Amino acid sequence: MSAAYRLRSNPGAACALGIIVVLIALALVGPWLNPNDIESLDWAHVAAEPGLIGAHWFGTDRLGRDLFVRTLEGTRVSLAVGLAASAISLAVGISYGAVAGYAGGRTDQLMMRFIEVLSGLPLIFFVIFLTVVFGRSQYLLFLTIGAVGWLTMARIVRGQTLSIRQREFIEAAVASGASSARIIVKHVVPNLLGPVIVYATLTVPQIILFESFLSFLGLGVQEPHASLGTLIAEGAGEMEAAPWILLVPGSFLAILLLCLNIFGDGLRDALDVKER
Amino acid sequence: MTPTLVVENLSVHFRQRSGAISAVRQASLTVQPGECVGIVGESGSGKTQIFMAAMGLLAAGAMAKGSVRFEGQEILGSPPGELNRVRGSKITMVFQDPMTSLTPHLRIGVQLAEVLVSHSQMSWQEAERAALRILERVRVPEPQRRLRQYPHELSGGMRQRVMIGMSLLCEPSLLIADEPTTALDVTVQAQIIDLLRAMREQSRMAIALISHDLGLVAGLADRIVVMYGGRVVESGGVGEILQRPLHPYTAELLKCVPNLLRPRLDRMPSLAGQAPSPSSAETGCAFAPRCPRVGERCWAERPLLRDSPAAAHQFACHDPLPA
Repeated sequence: MSAAYRLRSNPGAACALGIIVVLIALALVGPWLNPNDIESLDWAHVAAEPGLIGAHWFGTDRLGRDLFVRTLEGTRVSLAVGLAASAISLAVGISYGAVAGYAGGRTDQLMMRFIEVLSGLPLIFFVIFLTVVFGRSQYLLFLTIGAVGWLTMARIVRGQTLSIRQREFIEAAVASGASSARIIVKHVVPNLLGPVIVYATLTVPQIILFESFLSFLGLGVQEPHASLGTLIAEGAGEMEAAPWILLVPGSFLAILLLCLNIFGDGLRDALDVKER
Repeated sequence: MTPTLVVENLSVHFRQRSGAISAVRQASLTVQPGECVGIVGESGSGKTQIFMAAMGLLAAGAMAKGSVRFEGQEILGSPPGELNRVRGSKITMVFQDPMTSLTPHLRIGVQLAEVLVSHSQMSWQEAERAALRILERVRVPEPQRRLRQYPHELSGGMRQRVMIGMSLLCEPSLLIADEPTTALDVTVQAQIIDLLRAMREQSRMAIALISHDLGLVAGLADRIVVMYGGRVVESGGVGEILQRPLHPYTAELLKCVPNLLRPRLDRMPSLAGQAPSPSSAETGCAFAPRCPRVGERCWAERPLLRDSPAAAHQFACHDPLPA
């Protein structure tokens, strides 16, 4: 049975994947479906309830900005941060972990101790420090989150590499004169992609959550742009008077994270039959 | 003519927490160009470790002393870059288990072509054509289709043919076959041995055949080297060793070869006792505890390898069997 088949026959994961695809599609094309844009202020309808008036389908916020458009924009930003930062942590984590695991011995020990030192640093403080020093830019946000997100990935990759290194086809590759670099790139990394992909799908929601948290604190995406975190932060202030300003982006975030996690679990089950 | 491989006084030790382990003790052997040498011995006799040292494949923590020269060039202690130029092109190795020696995620054609691309700067197209030719030579049925397949789609015998084909790609001067048929069916074994014999006749390469199976070695080798406890205990021409063994160990080994034509026995003949532990210090002959001809001197003094009066035949025993 192929992995794709096993994934499709898992109703939870299949549903989750469907919802993720719909959310991504909405985030990409949604803002064009609505006549409003993210910046314009509609003074006639400030903090309007969800409805059809002025095409404010999800209502408006305290400044009269359309929540439908802003939420989808926020979803797009959150997804982009999640994917980009995961990609960075994936690239750094795989190269670092594979080199450490394959080199073994003292090199491995040194590289792993370095990771332990980094993971000992308080993460939030580290990110706050970087944003303060380098200013608040969206790209810096990708970089800083990615830069701290690779630690666990590197550990997982190293563990896998240690076990792959013992396999006979690696010895055979050494015996046929392949250099260490070639062996890592062609024979080790492709064989550890399974667990790595699974872990990466579970990293995306973690990072989205972390980004939302930073934005909630005001360290992330800056006005007039929005991420789900900044929208939730705004909404939290109006919770009693206009609960939809909090509920709309909040439920988008909740649904997105839930679906990504369910999908990641389903993918792990589909790729690794042993864990069932 | 320079010999293809010269191993001189090679010792291989492994350092462990519980003390040093000596896998190979001062072993020497020579492989001439075009010659097939069979290395015979029980598990743990050090037969594989000699050639691991010759390929620079010793495990981390192993220490090798002595000298291993390939075509006059010292292998021990040479840098990995230099080793990589030799191994895979000049010296190749066929491993015991073909089921696990191929990288699972690459197509057969890519794995074969990769060897040529990295060793002889061939283009991928040329290399794929060479891969096809080599599969035809090692008699893999439907070679065109096999190139596109993954290792798990092939049977064990077919994978071992692919491995042999891969080791022949660069026309090596030495092929090391480490128990190439142990993981295979008897019928497939015979095919693989036929194949090795045919390959040997077609190209002028030397073969080092490592095995515990005397029957297998008898069918292919020109010379036999018998190892026991990390040492070479007897070596000589194939006919000489099989017909007139001088060392009692060789004689006992020969008795253990099952013979379908002999009357059926209640028990398979076997060698009593255990192979010596590689961590024990040796006094006297390592085979003494199991030897039917053991005498006072065997316990006290280690026999040295010496020439027999007959043809090129060496043995290490105080009380050899009568020739």
